[in-house]
Amino acid sequence: MPSPYLPNTDADRRAMLREIGVSSIEELFQDIPEKLRHARFKLPPPLSELELKKELHQLASRNASLDNYACFLGGGSYRHFIPSTVEHVTGRSEFYTAYTPYQAEVSQGTLQTVYEYQSLVCQLTGMEVSNAGMYDGSTAAGEAAIMACIIKKKNKVAVSTTVNPTYREVINTYVTGRNLSIETVELNSSLSSDCACLIVQQPNFFGYLEEMEAYVQKAHDIGALFIAIVDPISLGMFKPPEDYRADIAVADGQALGNPTSFGGPGLGAFACRKEYLRQMPGRIVGKTVDVEGKPGYVMTLVTREQYIRRERATSNICTSEALMALAAAVYLATLGKRGLRQVAELCYHKAHYAAEKVAKLKGYSLVFQKPFFKEFVIRCPIAPSQINQALFKEGIIGGLDISYIIDNSMLLCVTEMNTKQEIDKLVEILGAF
Amino acid sequence: MNSKDCKYTQEHEWIRPEPGNKGSIGLTDYAQSQLGDIVYLDLPAPGTQVEQFKKMGEVESVKAVSDIFSPVSGQVLEINQTVIDEPGLVNEDPYGAGWLVRLELSKPSELDALMDSDKYDKFVAELSEEESE
Amino acid sequence: MSHYYLLPNISQPGKIGCSLPTLDVSPAKLPPKELLRRELKLPEVSEVELMRYFTALSKLNYGVDTGFYPLGSCTMKYNPKWHEDIAKLAGFASIHPHQPEESVQGALQLMFELQEYLAEITGMNATSLVPIAGAHGELTGLLMVKAYHQHRGGKARKKILLTDSSHGTNPASAVMCGFEIGVVASDSEGNVDMKSLESVMNEEVAALTLTMPTTLGLFDPQIVEISQLVHERGGLLGADGANLNAFLGRVKFGELGYDYVQLNLHKTFSTPHGGGGPGSGPVCAKENLTDFLPSPLVTKNNGKYKFVSPAKSIGRIANFYGNFGVMVKAYAYIRSLGAEGLKEVSENAVLNANYLKERLKPYYYLPYDRTCMHEVVFSGKRQKVKGVHTLDIAKRLLDYGLHPPTVYFPLIVDEALMTEPNETESKQTLDAYIEAMKEIAREAEENPEILHSAPHNTPVRRLDDVRAARNPDLRWEMRS
Repeated sequence: MPSPYLPNTDADRRAMLREIGVSSIEELFQDIPEKLRHARFKLPPPLSELELKKELHQLASRNASLDNYACFLGGGSYRHFIPSTVEHVTGRSEFYTAYTPYQAEVSQGTLQTVYEYQSLVCQLTGMEVSNAGMYDGSTAAGEAAIMACIIKKKNKVAVSTTVNPTYREVINTYVTGRNLSIETVELNSSLSSDCACLIVQQPNFFGYLEEMEAYVQKAHDIGALFIAIVDPISLGMFKPPEDYRADIAVADGQALGNPTSFGGPGLGAFACRKEYLRQMPGRIVGKTVDVEGKPGYVMTLVTREQYIRRERATSNICTSEALMALAAAVYLATLGKRGLRQVAELCYHKAHYAAEKVAKLKGYSLVFQKPFFKEFVIRCPIAPSQINQALFKEGIIGGLDISYIIDNSMLLCVTEMNTKQEIDKLVEILGAF
Repeated sequence: MNSKDCKYTQEHEWIRPEPGNKGSIGLTDYAQSQLGDIVYLDLPAPGTQVEQFKKMGEVESVKAVSDIFSPVSGQVLEINQTVIDEPGLVNEDPYGAGWLVRLELSKPSELDALMDSDKYDKFVAELSEEESE
Repeated sequence: MSHYYLLPNISQPGKIGCSLPTLDVSPAKLPPKELLRRELKLPEVSEVELMRYFTALSKLNYGVDTGFYPLGSCTMKYNPKWHEDIAKLAGFASIHPHQPEESVQGALQLMFELQEYLAEITGMNATSLVPIAGAHGELTGLLMVKAYHQHRGGKARKKILLTDSSHGTNPASAVMCGFEIGVVASDSEGNVDMKSLESVMNEEVAALTLTMPTTLGLFDPQIVEISQLVHERGGLLGADGANLNAFLGRVKFGELGYDYVQLNLHKTFSTPHGGGGPGSGPVCAKENLTDFLPSPLVTKNNGKYKFVSPAKSIGRIANFYGNFGVMVKAYAYIRSLGAEGLKEVSENAVLNANYLKERLKPYYYLPYDRTCMHEVVFSGKRQKVKGVHTLDIAKRLLDYGLHPPTVYFPLIVDEALMTEPNETESKQTLDAYIEAMKEIAREAEENPEILHSAPHNTPVRRLDDVRAARNPDLRWEMRS
């Protein structure tokens, strides 16, 4: 049966075998011992595009998608509005079927969009330089921790207890992998002087805003770097890391024009002070000129990277999330100065509307009395898992059950995608318990 | 071609002794031609103690990074700020404006372990022959 | 609209690229002023201008859909279009990772089955789909190696052995796990030099990582012997599975003696490269290592799918479960090929590479003149005597509308041209490439200057990367 992805015909193959001087393709595998080159594979028999589309549609329909359910889940992955411009750009095959732009002359599309992405991340965070993106927010934080240890020549990393627990686990894997150590700290306690950095999330895992200036001071006082893990949408209205003098800022860029996608692909945004440029991991694109003086873009400072420095590289990262970075660039360009601010404010006001209403319900309370952005923690009269079951039956995906951290508590997230009706319905169902 | 008043290491660094047990250090013409256009230099800060034949810094071209080894032991007195800002000077004028570091020698007798310019000329000639094979 | 513009040049105050709803609830009190940002400086462009700008940029790019892309060990195969459509279904794209497991059984089933297929294809016992890219998979594999030896106790094994032809991510990953590197030399046939391996493989070595086929595109017939030696001395054998395309449907890493292998869905399994990601780098492991796989794995019990954490897991290496959006496409690929289809992939890939080898070897030096697998490494050595370098050859190929092969890798071949045609290319495309390369060989003899100054016909010509490195310009700045 001819395959759509195997353009050679039998006649082509015969001609090629003749040219090579062998009588069968089997002869080309003769370096491999006979008993090792005829392995048997238990795999399902192949199906056509038509049949598989049907099957995969059925498989997809067994998932409750956010197109059909109101969603109040956050905790590191967020449902934000994705303008159609994003997919019409990332869907262009000149972008998505291209390789990493090593041959710059035929990759100016990729390279210039990365330069735009780098610039937009810097504008958003206020930081001086950005790389082309890493795997996700958690691994970006892990790599930032290692970078701090290399710069400061110290072996310990301090992470706030209010950082997302899965981020803390990933930072731990990265840091202990390199035989460095990690210390989880309460932000109001003192920092030991052998720490290379302090990592704080803003807004933190529980949704409220931290007093970043004070913590930056604490870190700088002991000669440590300050790493901020930020919510990129929050930067539409809240103070960016540059303003409170962070040394490195990381974020998950999934919220910038990428769907939740069951947790991946994400995007690790990574920006830092110019003085640390040469220790920054990841690809970087720079602007230059060609031999005719025309402006153009190239990957630059490549001596930091694994294919040059090999075992002396800061990071092993090669392929990252370029298409997601393109999506983020298009998203930020589409929304622009006013749009991003508007989205942030919609999240803020809707979340506060929801919080106020829930707080008034008997048996419920807001766990933290601090300024927050789009996420907040509520204490519930019964186990959140039971509440979520009831919500699901009514077409709502409830908040993240964080009872393992705070008794009977749920982390609720409200974005511009949640309507007043959805919020009112949520409150109504909560009120029935 | 290689500066007569300098002494040389096998790793292609030169040192030009100065009165008072001082010396200035740089990369040879062979080194700069092998590296290609130099884009960045990482040099030890004044006050740093360096050891003979141990790594004291790094030099980067666009697609390569190489260690710089100190020809002698001593303390760094100053680094050439001009070459930090314009690394291309190392390519253009490796023995003059492209100098990297000035230091005070702690063991001046170490100079005897280095090649004089005739010996270094020969050393480089042999390397070039090997390469063209 | 020229691509010489950047967003700030197109930006004008008051423009916006999309419409947004007005607030439907009463506004809350704003937070204290100290928490708010004073100004947000982002460009403002209309949707029209935005689309024209990005469309213009896309036209400057060369992708697999544009033409031949024979990058060695990258396996730039055609990306089937229906995979793209399927991955965009709301039931796959719009599901949240924190949703209750009962509400995402379809996604978990897909992941579970993909875990099984990849383990079957590689001859291993279990798979982690979490690693986000190949290098991430390498890191994962080595962290597992480290945990394995720690659990066994005894003297600490601090070294990882690699070959002199290994990809840069291999030593970089080892260092990220706190290991030291030892190098094993290759012999004149391009295989592992067994004497070299004998001398460095000792009780200090935790593992040998060996790409197979090697980055020279060759099958090392000593592989079983190598695995036995490594195991005898208490080490593990790991594969960088970048070259799996040569083995699909025929050879199992497990049967060659490997303990684990890291895969690249964005190479072997047809998912698009995206200009530098998203990829996906699953790790498949044998029984001795499955307890150490990263968290979480998908299991099936009584027809229900759920996430579990392996008994002695190395922990989390990413925030969630891996690049699910990429997994969907790889899953679709395997389901559309089946075992027979996978075999046709490797057969056509190996045939294409050997065809290129035979047709080009009269013109370009072939350092290892033997049957190759899915890729062949040439050298620009012959052209070097005329003062033409591999870089010039690569740049000249761009003028012929073709993407060059990988250049200057592997490091053990001088002026390397690492060429992987892959099975989705036709003989007609290969013949066009061969003709172009023949022309270039002739130009190297008769008119080298045209090669030194290439490319001539591309959107930009050779770029000044010295200037880019000396005076980094890495972003524009908008002041208001």
